[in-house]
Amino acid sequence: MSLLAIDGLRFTYPGREPVLRGVSATVRGPAVVAIAGPNGAGKSTLLDLITGQKRPDGGIVSLQGRNALTMGREELCRMVAHVPQTIPADVPFTVEEVVLTGRIPYGRGLYENEADFAAMEMAMDRARLDAFRGRRFSTLSGGEKQRVLVAAALCQQAPILLLDEPSAHLDPENEALLWDLFAALKNAGHLILVVTHHLALAAQNADRIWLVEGGRLAADGPPCDAMRPADLERVFRVPFHWHQSEEGRVFLTYGR
Amino acid sequence: MGGELRNRVGQVLLVSIAAAAATVAVCPFIGGAGLDPAKLLRQEAPDWNIFLHLRVPRTLLALLTGAALSGAGALFQSLLRDALATPSSLGVSSAAALGAVAAIAFWPGDEMGFPVVWVAALAGAAAVIALVTALGHLRQFSSFTLLLTGIAVNGICTSLILLLHSLAGITKSFQITHWLMGGVDAIEFPVLGILALILAPVFWWMLRLSRVLNVISYGETWAAGRGVDFKRVTWQGFAAGAVIVGTTTAVTGPIAFVGLLVPHLLRRIVGPDYRVLMPASLFGGGAFLVICDTISRSVFAPMEIPVGVTTALLGGPFFVWLLWSR
Repeated sequence: MSLLAIDGLRFTYPGREPVLRGVSATVRGPAVVAIAGPNGAGKSTLLDLITGQKRPDGGIVSLQGRNALTMGREELCRMVAHVPQTIPADVPFTVEEVVLTGRIPYGRGLYENEADFAAMEMAMDRARLDAFRGRRFSTLSGGEKQRVLVAAALCQQAPILLLDEPSAHLDPENEALLWDLFAALKNAGHLILVVTHHLALAAQNADRIWLVEGGRLAADGPPCDAMRPADLERVFRVPFHWHQSEEGRVFLTYGR
Repeated sequence: MGGELRNRVGQVLLVSIAAAAATVAVCPFIGGAGLDPAKLLRQEAPDWNIFLHLRVPRTLLALLTGAALSGAGALFQSLLRDALATPSSLGVSSAAALGAVAAIAFWPGDEMGFPVVWVAALAGAAAVIALVTALGHLRQFSSFTLLLTGIAVNGICTSLILLLHSLAGITKSFQITHWLMGGVDAIEFPVLGILALILAPVFWWMLRLSRVLNVISYGETWAAGRGVDFKRVTWQGFAAGAVIVGTTTAVTGPIAFVGLLVPHLLRRIVGPDYRVLMPASLFGGGAFLVICDTISRSVFAPMEIPVGVTTALLGGPFFVWLLWSR
């Protein structure tokens, strides 16, 4: 049974050209999958369809063998945690309170229970947020905010994590920490789907690349197969240069 | 941390209830006509009648209305994620007023009961909520644009109210003017009971929703990703707001600024968590309007000024200060 299977996903925004024209892929076990593609290719829309925030015009999303389109919203959120590109910067809550929002799918009672606080502590620890726990979210830097949102997704204790450009505001150190965290989560049994424009890091750290082009997956496989310079050059319209180390890691540079 | 929050909610609830209870216990004894404690103890007329049939129901009406307006303000501020969202700024209050004025103007005869005005006010409030919900969901209007729409709705409703006022006969015109001034007048206990029966379940629902309201404050994408059906909660919240604003407006007429002033003052004191803020707003709003009503009937005694004047004179400058300090 696969952890995630999508088959023939199609989606069109009203009055516009189709953004996804039949995307299919299967991930059987824990992995870090980087979703790459030019702006407007439909990467974020693909995440929205998997999380049930948008309904596809056609196609199926299966989570651990079950049809996601027929799941209740809370049940779906216990299986898939989504970190969007941004949330309002002026959210007036503390770091702990933001992280605890990940427990909403587990109950709508007025107060969180012991299990909720245990999950929060685990998530704070994994995201190295202990020093920030009482700080207001609005006072944090962009990178710190991103770590808090990732922690909230971890607090959701879902086997599948979807992250939409999580490293957009991060400095190199925090970016490296984030990819290390993804690797640790994979080893703990999670599937991580991360939309990113940082192709060089994706090539080095992801197990698998989904290259989105024209509403379809132009390539799907390990970086050494899915990030061939000719494919990347066609998709992104800039020259790419790559080098593969003896261990099989791919190093990418690009530019004219 | 969980225990801390429970303690804080308990403390705020205790203080809020104590404040509301204190105003209800003290304010009926204050007013233009001084009440003789000895006569009250002996239940002698006219002091006992003034106390029991005028001051007490009036105070309870102010308590319920203040709670409704303040609670609706806190609710709308969460749903629209905008500090300036209130029943008044969204146009809900003025639409309820238009409905009520239309009922007064067109209902045959001079006497009409609470149900007629209530249904009309509720219909007006519901129409604006339907408009706001449709614009927000179907056309993806931002909260800022919805508040601009509220300005337009307010303008249209005010014009239509003036039109109805101009076309109504002298008797109806006087009734409309009196109602529009916004006042917490004496009310019969059965009507007060009906009011409480309508409002209490909605207040309870708002309190139960407060943890979800916290998540709604993060925006639609985040809330939906935590399992919240954003559109349904927003629709339900607006409907609840329409019911409590329409219901109280039908009885008191439009009373401005309570929904803005009280939640904002309390947010600065108790913080942004709706599990604390919502009960504080309900009881605090009730206490605030009871005090405003007492001021209204005491400052120029034996004359009374409408309570809407007092809330506007307090709330207007606060509104300007809020804009200044945003």
